[in-house]
Amino acid sequence: MITELGHFALILAFLVACAQAVIPLVGAHKRWPGWMAFAEPAATIQFLLTAASFAALTWAFVTSDFSLRLVTLNSHTDKPMLYKITGVWGNHEGSMLLWVLIVTLFGGAVAWFGANLPPSLKARVLSVQAMIGAAFFAFILLTSNPFLRMATPPFNGQDLNPLLQDPGLAFHPPFLYLGYVGLSMTFSFAVAALIEGRVDAAWGRWVRPYTLAAWIFLTIGIGLGSWWAYYELGWGGFWFWDPVENASFMPWLIAAALLHSAIVVEKRESLKSWTILLAIIAFGFSMVGAFITRSGVLTSVHAFATDPERGVFLLGITAAFMMGALTLFAARANVMQARGVFSMVSRESVLVLNNILLAVACFVVFIGTMWPLIAEMAFDRKLSVGAPFFNAAFTPFMVLLGLVLPVGAMMAWKRATVGRVVRQLIPAFVLAVAIGALAWAIQSGRSALGPVGLFLGAWLVAGAMVDIWSRTGRGSGRLARLTRLPRADWGKAVAHGGLGVTMAGIAAMMAWEAEDIRVLQVGEDLEIAGYGLRLDEVHQEQGPNYMATKATFTLSQNGREISEMHPEKRVYPVAEMPTTEAALDNGFLRDIYVVIGDPQEGGGWAVRSYYKPLANWIWGGTILMALGGALSLSDRRYRVAAGARKLPQGVPAE
Amino acid sequence: MKRLILALCVIAAPVFAVQPDEILDDPALEERARDISAGLRCLVCRNESIDDSNAELARDLRLLVRERLVAGDSNEEVVDFVVDRYGEYVLLKPRSGGSNLLLWMAGPIMLGAGLVMAGVYLRGRARTPEREVARLSEAEERRLREILDD
Repeated sequence: MITELGHFALILAFLVACAQAVIPLVGAHKRWPGWMAFAEPAATIQFLLTAASFAALTWAFVTSDFSLRLVTLNSHTDKPMLYKITGVWGNHEGSMLLWVLIVTLFGGAVAWFGANLPPSLKARVLSVQAMIGAAFFAFILLTSNPFLRMATPPFNGQDLNPLLQDPGLAFHPPFLYLGYVGLSMTFSFAVAALIEGRVDAAWGRWVRPYTLAAWIFLTIGIGLGSWWAYYELGWGGFWFWDPVENASFMPWLIAAALLHSAIVVEKRESLKSWTILLAIIAFGFSMVGAFITRSGVLTSVHAFATDPERGVFLLGITAAFMMGALTLFAARANVMQARGVFSMVSRESVLVLNNILLAVACFVVFIGTMWPLIAEMAFDRKLSVGAPFFNAAFTPFMVLLGLVLPVGAMMAWKRATVGRVVRQLIPAFVLAVAIGALAWAIQSGRSALGPVGLFLGAWLVAGAMVDIWSRTGRGSGRLARLTRLPRADWGKAVAHGGLGVTMAGIAAMMAWEAEDIRVLQVGEDLEIAGYGLRLDEVHQEQGPNYMATKATFTLSQNGREISEMHPEKRVYPVAEMPTTEAALDNGFLRDIYVVIGDPQEGGGWAVRSYYKPLANWIWGGTILMALGGALSLSDRRYRVAAGARKLPQGVPAE
Repeated sequence: MKRLILALCVIAAPVFAVQPDEILDDPALEERARDISAGLRCLVCRNESIDDSNAELARDLRLLVRERLVAGDSNEEVVDFVVDRYGEYVLLKPRSGGSNLLLWMAGPIMLGAGLVMAGVYLRGRARTPEREVARLSEAEERRLREILDD
């Protein structure tokens, strides 16, 4: 019964979305206030109906209702409650429902918190958002209905993919979707502004919080995914340049570019057409991501459902929205005349450079991801493009970005003098060079990757500190003023510093990692990067829905015991899948990473151990970046400008 | 019974990526083998190098790479040997010859094009509305007034 109600709610939500896509748009065109006002309650109802539908599906998972095909395929009575719930989105159909729920949530957010938007713009934004919603409702109902019943329900389900039964991965998809779909909001704002024929500073201010929110969610989502890969896949890789990872990374890069160019629109009324274009493209990349994940065009570890019908449907949606928006963009190019005047050397120009670097970096990722497809179709060559290509082709852009960033971040608007900025940054630069040189001297005769990474990291962090310090002006009381700086200033410094921390972590881990693979008897020990590891014992254990081989290691340094480590190897009998659970000893400067393998014929166990320098910096920097975004989002200027004086929490999607 | 199931599961579990018994005694050769393996694709996997893959076929390829190295091949010769047998599909880093040049040059070309376009735009921004710039300068305006008043 509840299932049928959920199904019915979904259909109703689709109908509401269709109405909301048309009525407010006509209303805004004809200036009929009643028709425009229809958008707000419709958005709310659309959200409530979708939420009800999602709740119904969750209920089916929680109660293990195996008459539902989806539950049978992805759940099991023995599964812990947490994974019963996360199983709702651990599959294609459920994840699309979550996707569309977030589409309606963002639409609802504009209805609830967008009190200061001009009525016609608001009506149009909600209308465009409803079009996106309607397209996805149709997609779900026609090709991926989660509410299909089984004629003969089985006694038990087939269990969720064991790899997904992990807290890191359980929350990775919702954050990513919040990010992807957050970009649908900027898309809606861009298209609405094009229809409206007005792109001004106010528009820049309205759209920035949504871009920022989307970017924060993408940052967290990507970070969670890479952290999960690091500890779960058994050898500490954190980024594979897999098509699906790239699909999430491309919107992140574009969102980062959009974030910066929207500042120029807001403060200087320039770069308008570029910003609108970015907003359209950013959502385009989100859609391409959905397409890549679900069509199986590019084989990848993540490929959800390799169903051509779904792929064609998603490609159709993507093409329709992109072509519509870009045609509108071409037709309305004249409304986007730039106002602000600035010289070649100015904050505006540096932000243009930032946008070029990010956009080209994104383009490199895009062409690398699509190249196997292009090569096969156009040149009849069957080839692969993997991590080594991306490492070589992508990294230079990030190095350039890191080099320019601290200088650019301190440039004045309109007309800047490079000399003044550089003078302030000399201490930061000297410090960074010293750290890089020290690393170079210590490592003696290995690649330049590590030292360059540490140099960039130090340069970015120290540069961010100089930047925020320079905002406090001159004379006494600078420390006191530091605490009173706008949150946006702090957000900028923290996010830029976070980027540096992540860069240093990635470079150090790739350059100085140490690995040891060997057979170890119980009682024996091995040495890795100055640490001792002793295998104490191995035993079998029974988990809730798996069986585990669990080992105990003792980690020591200079004869002093540091900790006990318990790597596991699990087998999930229902899904017939093994997983490795690595044991990690986290440290500020290094992780020690141990994996227990198979028993060997001559006795003993295969053991892999790793020394991972600065591993946690990768995710520490990611957290800092997200935190910086959040600080910026909570800036007073948006709370006031977002018209939420009555509602202190301001920007919705926090 | 439970013991038996456990034992079966342990046996049925797939092997690791690189196994202890594969590793060459000579650390320099082994490091070269790892470098080469990281650039070769496991043919039956999805986007994994043979160095990271658990598949049987990846193990065979890893052993093949080490065999060739022990036989005295250079890194390039080993890669050529594998490519001759399995096609360029095994290379995770595509060679830059022929149409692949486009792939490798795409980034630099776009960067160049972007910089040129931005340069043109920025020069336009800096120049066009000179009137506005003039109005912003107080000294010039004062000067203008003086001239007009005279």
